[in-house]
Formats: sequence, structure tokens, C-alpha cells
Amino acid sequence: MAQKKQTLDIDGDLARRLLSEMMLIRRFEEKAAESYALGKIGGFLHLYIGEEAVAVGATSVLRPDDYAISAYREHGHTLAKGADPRRVMAELFGRRDGLCRGKGGSMHLFDKSVNFLGGHAIVGAHLPLAAGVGFAIKYQGGDQVCACYFGEGAVPQGEFHEAMNLTALWKLPVVWICENNRYAMGTSIERALSQTEIWKFGQIYGISSEAVDGMDVLAVREVVGRAVGRARTQKTPSLIEVRTYRFRGHSMRDPAGAVYRTKEEVEREKLRDPIALFRQRVLEAGLLSEADIRTLEKDVNDRVDDAVTFADASPEPPLEWLLTDVYKEDA
Amino acid sequence: MAVITYREALNQALREEMRRDPRVFIIGEEVGLYDGAYKVTQGLLKEFGPKRVVDTPIAESGFTGVGVGSAMVGLRPVVEMMTFNFAMLALDQIVNSAAKMYYMSGGQYHVPIVIRGPGGPAHQLAAQHSQSMEVYFYHVPGLKVVRPSTPMDAKGLLKSAIRDDNPVIFIESETLYAVKGEVPEDPDFLIPLGQAAVRREGTDVTVIAYMGMMYRALEVADELAREGISVEIVDPRTLRPMDTGTIIGSVRKTHRAVVVEAGAGFAGMGSEIAAFITEHAFDDLDAPVERVTGANAPMPYARNLERAKTPSKEKIMAAVRRVCYTNGG
Repeated sequence: MAQKKQTLDIDGDLARRLLSEMMLIRRFEEKAAESYALGKIGGFLHLYIGEEAVAVGATSVLRPDDYAISAYREHGHTLAKGADPRRVMAELFGRRDGLCRGKGGSMHLFDKSVNFLGGHAIVGAHLPLAAGVGFAIKYQGGDQVCACYFGEGAVPQGEFHEAMNLTALWKLPVVWICENNRYAMGTSIERALSQTEIWKFGQIYGISSEAVDGMDVLAVREVVGRAVGRARTQKTPSLIEVRTYRFRGHSMRDPAGAVYRTKEEVEREKLRDPIALFRQRVLEAGLLSEADIRTLEKDVNDRVDDAVTFADASPEPPLEWLLTDVYKEDA
Repeated sequence: MAVITYREALNQALREEMRRDPRVFIIGEEVGLYDGAYKVTQGLLKEFGPKRVVDTPIAESGFTGVGVGSAMVGLRPVVEMMTFNFAMLALDQIVNSAAKMYYMSGGQYHVPIVIRGPGGPAHQLAAQHSQSMEVYFYHVPGLKVVRPSTPMDAKGLLKSAIRDDNPVIFIESETLYAVKGEVPEDPDFLIPLGQAAVRREGTDVTVIAYMGMMYRALEVADELAREGISVEIVDPRTLRPMDTGTIIGSVRKTHRAVVVEAGAGFAGMGSEIAAFITEHAFDDLDAPVERVTGANAPMPYARNLERAKTPSKEKIMAAVRRVCYTNGG
């Protein structure tokens, strides 16, 4: 497992960007939770709070023309890839200006303008899709990569193993990023997997694999960066087990997440808050000042407030949209 | 027009579309080196190479997902199911990924994919390899479903399916691969999806049937013609979208309808067509719509039981006579 760096070999601009993006996701999710309580968001809402360093660290080493695809806890990945928070919030509100015109919702965010290939909510099913994206990149002779995020809950599924095998067999440029937050809904990893060191599954398929501290945005950035490099130049997949933790429950219907884990465990994990840790490190390294961070905070809060205002103001989709986008008409 | 087999017609369609569009590739079990389990892809590896004729391990969900993912970012995959029964393992990729992507992404990502292979009753292949698979797919908004009965249809419809921007389920038949028929050689010959064919014109009763049942209905029509009953046979060819206009038009002319399907009857295609006719042409009907369907049982192995499982000529004939209120001559 990659160790935390003792010194920060990044510049102030990057520090600002990483911190600001993590704070944006955190604030966005807090506002989403609030909006859910107010009845503005329905259905299932899975918050990314606690896991921000994964999406932000990984996306920071991707190019805009690289692809990303995720499961249903994907607000963070969508925002990190560059989607407009206003349109993401409008999608959660089920409004016409949402990313997917209000047809996708929290679990199905797509943004073609930033090569974000969705939010997929059948556990494990988007892994073969990511393999297909890698297949297409190679077929077309491109040098992009596809970053695929999934939870450790997908690892017992057959499609995880099919996708690992196919990408290794065919040498496809996919970076598998397993967000191991230790609980698939209420089932702990110990109750789900005979091998809980997930990165080891990659070894079996001959895939470069390692585990990394998911609460350390720079460690994630470094490990994913190496994997992206391999994918881009050698067209080989990598499996990265990112050890993270969700501070909230599985979804808003499990707000505390208290039945299957202890309060002490949650409190202990919160001490590893990726935003608080990184904030402290950049302050200590003198990369940003308290005043800089206050400015970032204000900016992030303003952007999220603006997103909520935008979503509130956006009308519901017109009824005739019920039957549009079912089939693509002839060009 | 050349006379070729249904299998050769499919092969021509694949070859022509792969020549026409470099984004088209074929992926599946034994499609390359083995030349296709049913030889539909024969010679394609030799012409197009392993980049575009991709042999896969046995992992239906995995390679179907690869097809869907590749289609999202610009390719046009043809996924072969060695038999459509194996598509059950990929049902989630077909239903939850391929069919819904365009809708749930609000029109951002479309999935131009064809999933093809043989399905339907075959010869003593028993319960897991011999069944009508279309029912699992035509229910799903976002999918198109094709069942081509003739070599000409096989070619013209497959070419249209490959050029279509939506996921198309294209189910062939082991029992028809050797059937011969006239097929145009023009590489731009297409049959649009969603157009039925009137296989035989008649005035007394409309029989709606496709694939093997369509051929059985033709035999029935020949025999009943000798009794003075004139049967019109409509082959839907595409089950979704269905050419309901041709079906209703025919029923308005004949005032009687019999729907034949090989699969188990409960909630089958016959139910849908019979309901549609009743809703839209009730006043034109001189008799209730009859359904002749496969038995509501899995496919048995024993030859006599297998024969009893799918609608016989006698059963179809009896249904036609019933709607014509005649006991036959």
C-alpha cells in the first residue's frame, strides 16, 4: 500500500484545485441531503461524503478526452469529471435542465460533454461496459483511457471477473478503481468475500494491482497516475483497491448506517476525513493560507447555492418527453 | 437474383456491412477461428482479421457488455449468441444497459448494436437449447426485435439492423439456415425494420405467423384452398416495432384472424396481436381471434413429445376452420 508522502511536491494551484474540488463535492452532497429531506429529491440518494479523495485524486490525472464510468454513488465522479453542478442538481431534482433531462436521476448521471459515461445501478454491470470502452479506444487507435469506479460490493459478482479477464486477455486501457468502503449496503466485506484483499484478484488475472489509502488525495493521484500511464502507453489495465469509507449510511434511507457498524468505528474513520487531512497538509506546507481556504469555501458554497437555485428554477420536464429518447430516430 | 441459403444470406449481409463501414465488427463465441458454430460467420476472419472478428471466451454477459460499451463510444458491434438461449446470461446487459441507455442519458448516448443468433424450436435440442426467445425481448421499450423467415429477409433485415442506431435483437433459426431462396446481390438492398410481408394473398382469413410457423401456415393455406378457404398470410418480420397497419389492413379485408406462434402461449406474441386486433378492428371481425400456440411446457427431448409441443398443421387448420365456421370438406 502506498504510504502518505511526508512532503508535498505539488504547487499551490494544484493544491487549490484538489481541495476546492473535494470541498465542492462535500458541499454538494450536504445540500443534496438537505434537499432530499425537503422532498425535492426522491428515490434513492447515495452520498459520496468521505470518499471525495478518490474521485478528485483519480480525475486529476485524467485528460478531458479520457472516459469515466461509475456505479450509482456517482455524484462525486460526475462533478470531478467536470459536469456543471447546476445541471447535476437539476437532474437530482428531476427537472428539464438536468444533465439527462430529468430522465436519469441520482443513479443515472451522464454527461457526454465531459466523457462521463454514466451512473449505472445494477451492481457490476458497468464493468463490462468499461471493458467495451477500452476495446473501442484500442480499435479506433486512440490513446485515451477509461477509468471505471465501482464499489467492493461488485467484486463477488461474475461480471467483475469477466471484465478483469477480458481486459487482461485483450490488453485494454482500462483503470479499474475499486472504492472499498468496506460495506456493500449493510454487508461488510468480511461477510461477502473469501479474499478481502481485493487488489489480489488483479494478480490472478495478470493485471498490475495495488492498494492505496483512499483518504489521501495525493496517494490516490500518484497510484492512479501510474495506472493511467500504463494504460495510455502500453494499453494495459490496472486494478487499484482504494481503501475509503463512507461517513453516511448506504443511502438516505439508511441515514446513520448504524445497524451494521459501530458508532466508534464511524467516529474513528471520520478522523481520517480526506478533506480535513489535505487541508491541514497544505496549510502546514504553506501552499495555501487560512484566508485562501476561506475564499475557496465561500466560492464552493456559492456555487452549490447557485446549483440549488438553478435546480429550483428549472421547470419539470414536459409530459411529451415521456416518450422521447426511447428510440433514436434515423439521422 | 441468386438462389442462396439463409445462412449464406446472413453471411453476405455481415460481409457487405463490414466492407461498407469500418466501425462494424463481430464478436462472440467461435465466430472467428472456428468459422461460427453454425457457419454464419464463415470466412469473415480471413477477410477482416482478428481485430474485427473477435473470438471471446464463454462470458456472455461480459462480451455483450463489451459490445454495449463500445457502441456508446462510436463502434457498431454485431454480437453473436451461439444460440439465443445463452442470451439469458446477458439479459441484464441487453435490458438494463443497451435498451435504456439512450433514454436514461436523456438522449446523449445511443447504442447501435445488433445481437444475433439462432433461437426458437430446433431438432431434439431439448429444454435449454430449443425455445422461442423473442418473448424475453419484445416487451422491452428501447429494443427492436427481428425474426426473419426467408433468406431475402435475413439479408435485407440484418443489413438494416446493422445500420440502425438502436439495439436490435435479431433471432435466426437453426431449422432455417439451410433454406434456399432468391436474394438480391445489390449491396444496397435493404428491408426496413417494422415492415410486415404478405406471404400469400387471400380473402377469407388472415393468418399471422413467422419463421417455421409461417412455412407451416403456407402448407395449411395450400390444403385449405382445396376446401375453398382462401387464406392470407402475414409475416410480421419485425416484432417490435410491429407493422400493425398491415395486420389490421388484412383483417379488415378478411374479417377473421388466426395468430400462430411456436412458443408457449401464455402472454406470448399471439396475445399481443390478438389484443391489438380486438382493440382496433373489433367491428370488422366476423369471429373471435384465435391463437394457436406452443404448449405451456418446456421443450421435451422425445421426438413425439417435441412434435406435440409446437403447433401442428392440423391444429392450425382446425383454428382456421373454426373462425370460418366450417368443419372442412
